[in-house]
Amino acid sequence: MKDTLALLQKFNAHPDSRCWYVAWNPKGTLLASCGGDRAIRIWGREGDSWECKTVLQDGHQRAVRKVAWSPCGNYLASASFDATTCIWKKKNDDFECLTVLEGHENEVKCVAWAPSGNLLATCSRDKSVWIWEVDEEDEYECVSVVNSHTQDVKHVVWHPTQELLASCSYDNNVCVYKEEDDDWECRATLEGHTSTVWGLTFDPSGQRLASCSDDRTVKIWKECQPGGGQGTDTAWKCVCTLSGFHGRTVYDIAWCPLTGALATACGDDGVRVFKEDETADPDQPVFSLSAHVPKAHSQDVNCIAWNPKEAGLLVSCSDNGEIAVWNYQSEV
Amino acid sequence: FFNEQARLQTTEDEDEDVADPIDDREIFDILSVSINDPEHPLSLEELNVVEQVRVRVDDQENTVGVEFTPTIPHCSMATLIGLSIKVKLLRSLPERFKIDVHITPGTHTSEDAVNKQLADKERVAAALENSQLLEVVNQCLISNARTS
Repeated sequence: MKDTLALLQKFNAHPDSRCWYVAWNPKGTLLASCGGDRAIRIWGREGDSWECKTVLQDGHQRAVRKVAWSPCGNYLASASFDATTCIWKKKNDDFECLTVLEGHENEVKCVAWAPSGNLLATCSRDKSVWIWEVDEEDEYECVSVVNSHTQDVKHVVWHPTQELLASCSYDNNVCVYKEEDDDWECRATLEGHTSTVWGLTFDPSGQRLASCSDDRTVKIWKECQPGGGQGTDTAWKCVCTLSGFHGRTVYDIAWCPLTGALATACGDDGVRVFKEDETADPDQPVFSLSAHVPKAHSQDVNCIAWNPKEAGLLVSCSDNGEIAVWNYQSEV
Repeated sequence: FFNEQARLQTTEDEDEDVADPIDDREIFDILSVSINDPEHPLSLEELNVVEQVRVRVDDQENTVGVEFTPTIPHCSMATLIGLSIKVKLLRSLPERFKIDVHITPGTHTSEDAVNKQLADKERVAAALENSQLLEVVNQCLISNARTS
């Protein structure tokens, strides 16, 4: 492997606690992290190091599981085990809590903004996915509650260009949703994983979806047109399974919008980057392990995220409370 | 009930400077002394809920696997017992260890469901934030003095 994954910096983000998630803002200049200490921290680059700009401590009563930046970069949403989702508005270096979205019966596991900026999705251990609309006055309204999963919903992700949503669950499945007559519905259920599916990511074009699971595999799914006629339901096929690479649960997966590289965060403390072989048939893609850091952290890696503007810049976070910043270089 | 023989001390054990790798017996001792079955006043070891042969430690690979046998096959406290075992080990062992707690195969009607819950660290973390549940778990973990 001539490709490399080099550590640039590692720092303790959530003292005496686990760091659950880390997210880049759309400009790629800030990092938001959240953790078991119930805090959200905003980090900015000062020269070669990362400094904590803001600490949002009182937004939630329990662990904060995920954070998500709005496409415009002016808002931050946080999903918490306290069953609420908080929407924060950025004012210079500070954030003000704009509103608290309630409704889920128990822990909110994920929040995600649609690329349009007008829609938000949340999911929970209560098995549901909620879709919220935002209007010009920053008012949030729940427009759909979808109950397609039979167990906890772990993650939701929006398609990069279409108004299409995907979710994954403790029930081992992935669901894909579209809007029909003002209501959101599950249009496809992707079965194949043999245990909880923890993470999802779309490829840069949105034609493929990658999922990662407690079954220690990554699956690549492609939408295919069902034969004969124009059905409204879509069909997704698993076109590739990456197995034998991960030693334990794969908690997160991220597809780089700039380079197409696929990174994973694993419970065996490792960070891995996979590259797609150029010559393979698009309906039967082949991915190889391009770079691997076995002990990226001293405990489970929970999250992995590519910088949206700087190719090769990657961030990970861990149960030991640390955030690590990496530089991935690939020999083309 | 018969307790396990007290462990024999070797000269290495007595040498403070030799780092002790963690082994099966040590895990068993951590669990047996201090976990109570919530429905029975005897320790888990005395009830035969946790057996020594079912502890597997790999000090080099940093893994600890514990299989426990619930007192009855449809015991509704199985998840709680499993959670208490997990919590006790999380609190007692160095952070480098990966801890897997399972029901002994074939000894419980819902073992797959219970095992899946115990393996889901997000569920476990959220459950332990519940102060009432945490209190019950802590009650299960109160040390009881061992009568020799």
